[in-house]
Amino acid sequence: MTLADVEHPDFLWRNPDPASGYDVVVVGGGGHGLATAYYLARNHGIRRVAVLEKGWLAGGNMARNTTIIRSNYLWDESAAIYEHALKLWEGLEQDLGYPLLFSQRGVLNLAHTLQDVRESRRRVYANRLNGVDAEWLEPEQVAEVCPIVDISPDVRHPVLGATYQPRAGIAKHDYVAWGFARRADEYGIDLIQDCEVTGLDIRAGRVVGVNTTRGRIAAGKVALAAAGHTSVLAAMAGLRLPLQSHPLQALVSDLLEPVHPTVVMSNAVHVYVSQAHKGELVMGAGIDSQNGYGQRGSFHIIERQMAAALELFPVFARAHLLRSWAGIVDTTPDASPIVGLTPVAGLYLNCGWGTGGFKATPGVGWCFAHTVANDEPHPYNAPFTLDRFTTGALVDEHGAAAVAH
Amino acid sequence: MTAPFRLPGRGLVDQGTDLEFSFDGRRYTGHPGDTLASALLANGVHRVATGIAYRRPRGIMSAGVEEPSALVQIEEPFPEPMLQATTVELYAGLVARGPAGRGRLATAADPARYDAVHAHCDLLVVGAGPAGLLAALAGARDGQRVVLVDDQPRPGGSLLGTAERVDGLPGPEWAAGVVAELAALPDVRVLSRTTAFGHYDDDFVLALERRTDHLGFDAPAGTSRQRVWRLRARRTVVATGAHERPLVFPDNDRPGIMLAGAARTYLHRYGVLTGRQAVVFTTDDSAYAAATDLVDAGVTVAAVVDARTTVPEAWAEQCARRGIEIRAGEVVTGTSGSERITRAHTAPYAGGRLHGPRRGVDCDLLLVSGGWNPVAHLYSHARGALHYDPARGAFLPTGDLPNLRVAGAANGRATLADCLADGAQAADAPASTRASIPVSAPVPATEPVPDQTPGLVLWSVPDPAETDGGEPRPRFVDLQRDATVADVLRATGAGLRSVEHVKRYTTIGTAHDQGRTSGVIASGIVADALGADIATLGTTTFRPPYTPVAFAALAGRDRGALFDPVRVTPLHAWHTAHGAEFENVGQWKRPRCYPRPGESMDRAVLRECRAAREGVALMDGSTLGKVSVQGPDAGELLDRLYTNLISTLKPGAARYGVMCGVDGMVLDDGTVIRVAEEEFLLTTTTGNAAKILDWMEEWLQTEWPHLRVTLTSVTDHWVTVPLVGPDSRAVLAAVAPDLDVANAAFPFMTWRDATVAGIPARICRISFSGELAYEVNVRGWEGPRLWEALIAAGEPYGITPYGTETMHVLRAEKGYPIIGQDTDGTVTPQDLGLGWAVSRKKPDFIGKRSFTRAENLRPDRKQLVGLLPEDPSLRLPEGAQLIATAAVPAPPVPMLGHVTSSYRSAALGRTFALALVKAGRERIGDTLYAPLEEGVHPVRITDPVLYDKEGTRRDG
Ligand SMILES: Cc1cc2nc3c(=O)[nH]c(=O)nc-3n(C[C@H](O)[C@H](O)[C@H](O)COP(=O)(O)OP(=O)(O)OC[C@H]3O[C@@H](n4cnc5c(N)ncnc54)[C@H](O)[C@@H]3O)c2cc1C
Repeated sequence: MTLADVEHPDFLWRNPDPASGYDVVVVGGGGHGLATAYYLARNHGIRRVAVLEKGWLAGGNMARNTTIIRSNYLWDESAAIYEHALKLWEGLEQDLGYPLLFSQRGVLNLAHTLQDVRESRRRVYANRLNGVDAEWLEPEQVAEVCPIVDISPDVRHPVLGATYQPRAGIAKHDYVAWGFARRADEYGIDLIQDCEVTGLDIRAGRVVGVNTTRGRIAAGKVALAAAGHTSVLAAMAGLRLPLQSHPLQALVSDLLEPVHPTVVMSNAVHVYVSQAHKGELVMGAGIDSQNGYGQRGSFHIIERQMAAALELFPVFARAHLLRSWAGIVDTTPDASPIVGLTPVAGLYLNCGWGTGGFKATPGVGWCFAHTVANDEPHPYNAPFTLDRFTTGALVDEHGAAAVAH
Repeated sequence: MTAPFRLPGRGLVDQGTDLEFSFDGRRYTGHPGDTLASALLANGVHRVATGIAYRRPRGIMSAGVEEPSALVQIEEPFPEPMLQATTVELYAGLVARGPAGRGRLATAADPARYDAVHAHCDLLVVGAGPAGLLAALAGARDGQRVVLVDDQPRPGGSLLGTAERVDGLPGPEWAAGVVAELAALPDVRVLSRTTAFGHYDDDFVLALERRTDHLGFDAPAGTSRQRVWRLRARRTVVATGAHERPLVFPDNDRPGIMLAGAARTYLHRYGVLTGRQAVVFTTDDSAYAAATDLVDAGVTVAAVVDARTTVPEAWAEQCARRGIEIRAGEVVTGTSGSERITRAHTAPYAGGRLHGPRRGVDCDLLLVSGGWNPVAHLYSHARGALHYDPARGAFLPTGDLPNLRVAGAANGRATLADCLADGAQAADAPASTRASIPVSAPVPATEPVPDQTPGLVLWSVPDPAETDGGEPRPRFVDLQRDATVADVLRATGAGLRSVEHVKRYTTIGTAHDQGRTSGVIASGIVADALGADIATLGTTTFRPPYTPVAFAALAGRDRGALFDPVRVTPLHAWHTAHGAEFENVGQWKRPRCYPRPGESMDRAVLRECRAAREGVALMDGSTLGKVSVQGPDAGELLDRLYTNLISTLKPGAARYGVMCGVDGMVLDDGTVIRVAEEEFLLTTTTGNAAKILDWMEEWLQTEWPHLRVTLTSVTDHWVTVPLVGPDSRAVLAAVAPDLDVANAAFPFMTWRDATVAGIPARICRISFSGELAYEVNVRGWEGPRLWEALIAAGEPYGITPYGTETMHVLRAEKGYPIIGQDTDGTVTPQDLGLGWAVSRKKPDFIGKRSFTRAENLRPDRKQLVGLLPEDPSLRLPEGAQLIATAAVPAPPVPMLGHVTSSYRSAALGRTFALALVKAGRERIGDTLYAPLEEGVHPVRITDPVLYDKEGTRRDG
């Protein structure tokens, strides 16, 4: 028995050296890259695949996120892809044969102002018509779901209600990555760590290989899944992306007896919180405003986030911060991802998931694999093209839902 | 009363004063200067907690922040989860218990206060041990502004736990003397009970001062319990010492197994014997001092088990003199006991294997020492690189950082003399910035110490079961997470090669000690298992905070009323006195309506609306954002920011303006008046005031710095009162006798300065209600006088105050959108029917390029329309979606738009709404359907302007 009550499989993956070439090279061994590799084999029979990871497998945002999973996005395009992902989550432990600690404990998005209420209810109405489970809860119902939320009307930002998605929840990020990685490895896919892509070999408008810190690797197709570092890679192909990379911080507390049964997110009082299986409170807030790749945030962001947490949950006062960290998230102007083809033949792009791409992991793996295999987007990622920033066909989740993660 | 394991007269605790406390339901006595751990040990209590996974008894491992085992729950004076018993200073009345791995939060709010302070200094020294004290002294004598922080209640660091002498004085006395000299200097600040817990970019160090924790029930209510120091230092010296490493062997977690240095600290600092019959298991020299000190204090040391075959000669002599048996080349292979260790088992060890016979030795204390890990956390936070030193089996800092130096044991110095020497010169600037005279302090004298014999690096002792058969015993690497060697080997067996993976697979290093005792050991075990080089394998990353910090300490003063201070206008008292219901808008409290006693909100709003449409009404509009734009290029800047032309505005005139983002979507709207040739005043929506000022500044500062313009927020300089309704002119005339209020003299969209009720005022003839209206602005402090005067003058007309809800209804009847309510960042001015406010003449403005994009030219964009529910009493919920059919098909259901605003209208005698609807303007006259919780409701699409479309009332 381990502390997390999870029995890991005896074997996860080989540690192969790179071969001279592959049908598909996936750049970035985060959740998205690993899921893409897995579905390339599983759904499309493409097994001559390598996942190249510059550090340790899934050590980027996949290892750093707060694992909130939900699909109650406002716009049809978003709801479709996130709901597709959520349905996959619901069968994923089975499919991967790995205990992912996927827990559908529900997510509450609190509304604190009349405008929050309008937006929240709008989202609930839209979700229902899109077949996404969503409810609008009055304050007393919020307290039933999560008794420690302070619903008294006298606080600075009273809780006027919340949207609730019962099927939403959390999972254990590392195990998700390892689950995909193990299955990919079983298919014969090479997971190659400590292998940084330093250049893209493009000839006559088509990508034919990658240069790496472990030598050149030929590639029939190259799929970028490098999250916060995608702009750097795309620049190697001469592409300028509408991405901004920012630090996003998160933190955990000591292990506590259960106090918090669900996931609570609040925009007005900017923080989101869940209590992980072992008992630690996991929380995060907004991005640091500066750009950078330094996986370091500023301390005042943490202080502000703590103030917000205590405003919602005064009982957290003497929980302790044990550890804080930052990842680098790739944000787009419309807060929606970019998944699809590029002007370079054989080069595919998956990025821009910003603060909220963990929940999409199986869904994006599925759709990105489809895109790479067929040289054509899957219907679910078809709206998320790169050229929407030229045409104006944005999927602007900013103002609409105004909720990150 | 003297506790059984307390040595009278020994230690730095005040044995003359008793402190009663309770642990796990039993009462004990300790003394000021004790920690909870030392007081428990004095009473013979070793078992203080229970392992989280295997429920095994757990004791006290250390005497400080590296404690991985003795995590306790404080119950009184106020519940606090999971504190290390070794860091809790004892006070009278403390009630604590030893939980099984998880803490409990209080159910009530924490009554304590917390705060934060900024401080700047030339030299920040972290750690008041021998190295830190000398560094601080050197800097202070050089005249630098010095801050010295140390996490203990008294200075001395390691000197508190040894019997070493400095300059002929007992260590603690010498340290106190240095601090006395420091404290006497004007520019030196010494902070005790203060832990530097994080180093951030630009030499920013965060430290937590525990100000009243040690006072327990006597903590003064007015003093903050804990304080975060935000220290900005020109240079930092990290002199944070080293932590002793435990040894990993079968059943190495029993109560009574303790770090050797800790036992020495309990003896010298607290006057506590940690057992009667000890065994010492070591791989280096330092544990010998513990053995000899303990014997000198009356403990029997049954054996020193030294894994090395060559034992230090000088120490062997000392042992012989005291009759201590040394088992050289042996290791501890297991222990017995349940609540407390009763016996240790040893066996010869060489070449990584056990040889020869096992021997048992009875004991109630097993001291372990596996070498020392420098405390390099802050250095790592600052991105200093650690390198592996194979001789010590430890990761050491690699050189100085530009503004940060590590000194003493944290820098890998092993002896007191070396630490003092290292500290003495640490305050000196690095070569690049070195002043002509080096800054240093004289190095005080120390006693001679035996030469060091190299230590043996031993990551884990083999389990005898591997060779002998039998049940394998757990060898714990991380006691708090109950993670063992077997777990590590399972991880490497599964294919994991990175220590970060192993950490995540085993959870090693994720608890309170964050790997302080377990991290390097785990790396070592992984390296051994893989046959890899630990130097390249490295350790997991150190991240802030160095020690756990209570959430409340980080929140500081930003709680309750100060979390997000409420803004109110100068008229707030009047609103409260007149029964206003408030709503939060941005940071402001705004009256939503003024219900009369017994009146519902709906009825109040209808009454207020009627007054505005039929008589006269007034509201507090002071929260509207206001930005003063001044300078020769003011008009040019506004032309670039607004979609319409502003620079052509004449002084005396006002204009409505729209701002868009680069994507062409509406960002904000408001009015602009030209005050003078080079001065404009613009208004923003209440909630957007700060955002719009930032937006304007961003463009001005980053893109157009050559424009000669200054922007100033003047929101709260003014009280703004819209006076609305057909009778508003009469009321204004009554209070502003000098102002010609005739339509011709003071037309719509102009402004005038005049005296109103004896107060200098600026009056703008603008209208957000569609009625004849005047917006009267006076200086903030004169607001209440103006308001009272308008109420008095309006009395004959039944003047009625109204709130935001009424304002919303009135403007919605006129089809005026509210940015942020009727828009969501995906709506263009054209979508809102504001195409007339988008200039075709201007060469460029923000958003212009986007208006020609394919998407913006689509005929089926969502447009603002009015809605009339077929049932005139049905008030549609805001946010309701609209679909094409009365029957709701299976999902996904195509949605044509949604309700953005929805009200009851007095003027229309029914309900109505505004909505954004695909190709809405083409659909005017059509019926759509709103599927609600209780049914599907037909609604008719109309023009968004439902009242006085010609604008005769406004212009009249
Ligand atoms: C603090 C934080 C909290 C978050 N919380 C949530 C949440 O609650 N819910 C949610 O849905 N999402 C959340 N996210 C977002 C989510 O983590 C990301 O959107 C998602 O993980 C991105 O996909 P990924 O897993 O593939 O990224 P990553 O794990 O970052 O994978 C990208 C990989 O590419 C590698 N790489 C980069 N450049 C190269 C190169 N040149 N060569 C080789 N490899 C390279 C990187 O090392 C990295 O391993 C959060 C993110 C952060 C940082």
